[in-house]
Amino acid sequence: MSEDFVRIEGVSKAFGSGAPALDQISAAIKGGEITGLVGPDGAGKTTLIRLMTGLLLPDAGTLTVLGFDTRREAARIQAAIGYMPQRFGLYEDLSVQENLDLYADLRGLPQVERAQVFDELLSFTDLKRFTQRLAGKLSGGMKQKLGLACALLKKPRLLLLDEPGVGVDPISRRELWKMVKDLTSEGIGVVWSTAYLDEAEACTSVLLLNQGKLLFTGPPAELTRRVDGRVFKVTGIEGRRRPLLASLLDRPGVLDGVIQGEAIRIVTEPGARQDVLREGEGTKVNPAPPRFEDAFVDLLGGGPGGRSKLAEATQTQADADTHVIEARGLTKRFGDFTAAQDITFDIKRGEIFGLLGPNGAGKSTTFKMLCGLLKPTAGEGRVAGFDLRRDTAEARNRLGYMAQKFSLYGDLSVAQNLDFFAGVYGLKGQHRRDKIKLVTDIFDFARYANQSAKDLPLGHKQRLALACAVMHEPEALFLDEPTSGVDPITRREFWTHINGLVEKGVTILVTTHFMDEAEYCDRISLIFRGKSIALGSPDELKARVASADNPDPTMEDAFIALVEGSEKEAA
Amino acid sequence: MWGRIHALIIKELLAILRDPRGRLVIIVPPILQLFVFSYAATLEVTNVDIAVLNRDSGKWGQELIQRIEGAPSFRRIQRTDEQKKVHELIDRQEVIAAVQIGPDFSRALEAGRAGEVQVILDGRRSNASQIVAGYLNQIIARLAADLATPRQLSAAVTIVPRNWFNPNLTYIWFTVPSLVAIIALLIGLIVTALSVARERELGTFDQLMVSPLRTHEILIGKLTPPMLIGLFHITIYVLTAVFFFEIPLRGSLVLLYGSALFYLASVVGIGLFISSLSMTQQQAILGAFVFMVPAVLLSGFATPIENMPDWLQPVTYVNPLRYFLVVVKGVFLKDIPLSEVLHNTIPLALIALFTLSAAAWLFRSRLE
Repeated sequence: MSEDFVRIEGVSKAFGSGAPALDQISAAIKGGEITGLVGPDGAGKTTLIRLMTGLLLPDAGTLTVLGFDTRREAARIQAAIGYMPQRFGLYEDLSVQENLDLYADLRGLPQVERAQVFDELLSFTDLKRFTQRLAGKLSGGMKQKLGLACALLKKPRLLLLDEPGVGVDPISRRELWKMVKDLTSEGIGVVWSTAYLDEAEACTSVLLLNQGKLLFTGPPAELTRRVDGRVFKVTGIEGRRRPLLASLLDRPGVLDGVIQGEAIRIVTEPGARQDVLREGEGTKVNPAPPRFEDAFVDLLGGGPGGRSKLAEATQTQADADTHVIEARGLTKRFGDFTAAQDITFDIKRGEIFGLLGPNGAGKSTTFKMLCGLLKPTAGEGRVAGFDLRRDTAEARNRLGYMAQKFSLYGDLSVAQNLDFFAGVYGLKGQHRRDKIKLVTDIFDFARYANQSAKDLPLGHKQRLALACAVMHEPEALFLDEPTSGVDPITRREFWTHINGLVEKGVTILVTTHFMDEAEYCDRISLIFRGKSIALGSPDELKARVASADNPDPTMEDAFIALVEGSEKEAA
Repeated sequence: MWGRIHALIIKELLAILRDPRGRLVIIVPPILQLFVFSYAATLEVTNVDIAVLNRDSGKWGQELIQRIEGAPSFRRIQRTDEQKKVHELIDRQEVIAAVQIGPDFSRALEAGRAGEVQVILDGRRSNASQIVAGYLNQIIARLAADLATPRQLSAAVTIVPRNWFNPNLTYIWFTVPSLVAIIALLIGLIVTALSVARERELGTFDQLMVSPLRTHEILIGKLTPPMLIGLFHITIYVLTAVFFFEIPLRGSLVLLYGSALFYLASVVGIGLFISSLSMTQQQAILGAFVFMVPAVLLSGFATPIENMPDWLQPVTYVNPLRYFLVVVKGVFLKDIPLSEVLHNTIPLALIALFTLSAAAWLFRSRLE
């Protein structure tokens, strides 16, 4: 079991003239266990996996996979491994069985073995009932399982999985994980790449990558040990917790902090005393078990401060206790498919409301109905009192929108993007110049002003998107998966701004499939298969599923328990 | 409102022109196309080979062959004395036509009777063959006329053709003005067809739809830049036509540009319509070509509309190219009167009105 399946020695790889995608990586991957390849988007995970398959060759250094050199013996490696790329090459117009047949042909699986192998894999992935279904009609989780089945056709010794957890609901994700875990007991080596830090925690060992550099390699617990005794949970907070977080973050000795439901999670600097967190009478500070993410942030030198210059420059919204966003029985059907069914909620001014659910559950549909991009089949949505389907440009001037992924104009420079959005939102003359200057200073765009937006690093793209969405000081801000795939530092910086804006009375609707991010919200609605299956604050939802076995459930535990509960109810 | 549209127009122009490759694509291929097509898109038949089988031993047979040899349209005359060889030459497409002169050709002519000449044509190249037949007919008729006695001549009716507007029937005079219209259609269609589809593909279209831009503002912002680019192209083409190809410009440029505005609006309208129907850039490009090819074929550029079957002719009424071809050729080759320009521009305005409204309607309804 201690044999090294993959040996990576001093490997570097660059594309074009920019920073290298991988810089001097040395590590080893063992058989019979799951090795996590962990890091934000653009860290170099996919490049490293492709180097292991021999599809790419390193600029420097060597990779040995199962004893074969990737430069000289790529074909032998490819015959012995299973590789599942990020978007597995399933043919969506072919059925499950036809996809399996095709890959069996491609991999040269002998006819006589097929019946047995298919039978095993289909029962293993629980796809037996769906063999005639078109691959395009499968859910995200089932697609990944089929992809896995195709990668396992010729039993590989090493299985390379590139972000298998993306776009998959937590239940399917756990199933997928369990399947892969079973494989390791047969001695197969598994590489599981992920941007989710909670997945990293479950791996036997990890390679933590950031911007092409290997930050850590070893068992995840070894990494989290570095923050042992430095992680605290601040509970019983009187008053608003976001300004408290901001103030805590700016205290000396505080390294990192995030909102976690009603509480605040803090990581202190080594040697800092717990007193720095003292705050008011009722507030309690208790040590908390460290997480992978805490250690990652620590490794990166700590999170940003708590001040948001953006929020400071924003005018406070009239503090009326009104509902800014209202959804009343929002329903959307596409043909006979119900994408969203009877979704109802109200969002108060200055509240962060989250729509939490896996991809394809209906959160984006709900989101788009509210901001006027989709017409509801039934029900209505209002923002700041306006129905955005019918009401005019002035109504849309009150909302800011940050789309899933990066959706600015990549061919335009940073300055041109800012100029365009300022113009479209009707900012004029001196006011416009002031606003552009302000966001340029806050987000430090001056260095990048003439660079095409598409060439920016991911974190800067995300800052630019936020800047473009808030220059006109919207009352309500719509954020669709705003921080998926970005590194934890950028995510914290982003939420610092959001937290600051909320204190100024801006109302936020955010969609996320990221369970941890849901904790930053005041209230969340769990969306699953088009329905809102639960609505409440993160702590309420977690408390609802707490049991003797699991007194302190995570958001993911809560999600899974609530989904299972709602399915039982439906049955 | 103007501030918003202004911002959008600037953005659209930058999106097309900021990338050096984008600039190149907008400028170089259209000009190359103008040159290549101007020389390539010709229906004149030149550089063809002819076979001659002369069974006549008299002087008139020789005379006819010399006259054929002297004609500028034919490259090489292959003489042969075998019927079989003629078959082979035509079979292998080495010649497009064969001329067979009968054994008593000279004798018949000298006797004042009609001599017999057979022309065999390659029907596989029907159009070119017909034209070659025409050339040969002319040569033979001329020979006959030269031979005729004055009495016979006075009895014959002679036709003296004069080609108005293009006295020498220079082909380029016809193709270049037409190409101005066709290339403006090609570029205008593709630039606009891509514009919305690209935004949809990249996800920026949603960003536009949630902004305070109203539908008509998006429409104006989207149609102005391709129209500016189209006008720029037309200007370059007109300059090239006049100064490089030395084609006369007899009509009014004001009328040309006035009509071009509506033409481009209708083209851009179709482009936007295709664009709002497409989910991806690939679909948009395909859509543009699905429209382009019939539009050119049914425009009267290559074949006259009057030659098309009755049921097909009404289809050409919705083709903007059909109308603008008349205007652009009219402005170049004759001093086209205002009334005729109006007559062809009003349909363009109607097409533009229809396609732009349809595009506007699709913008919103595709959001369902």
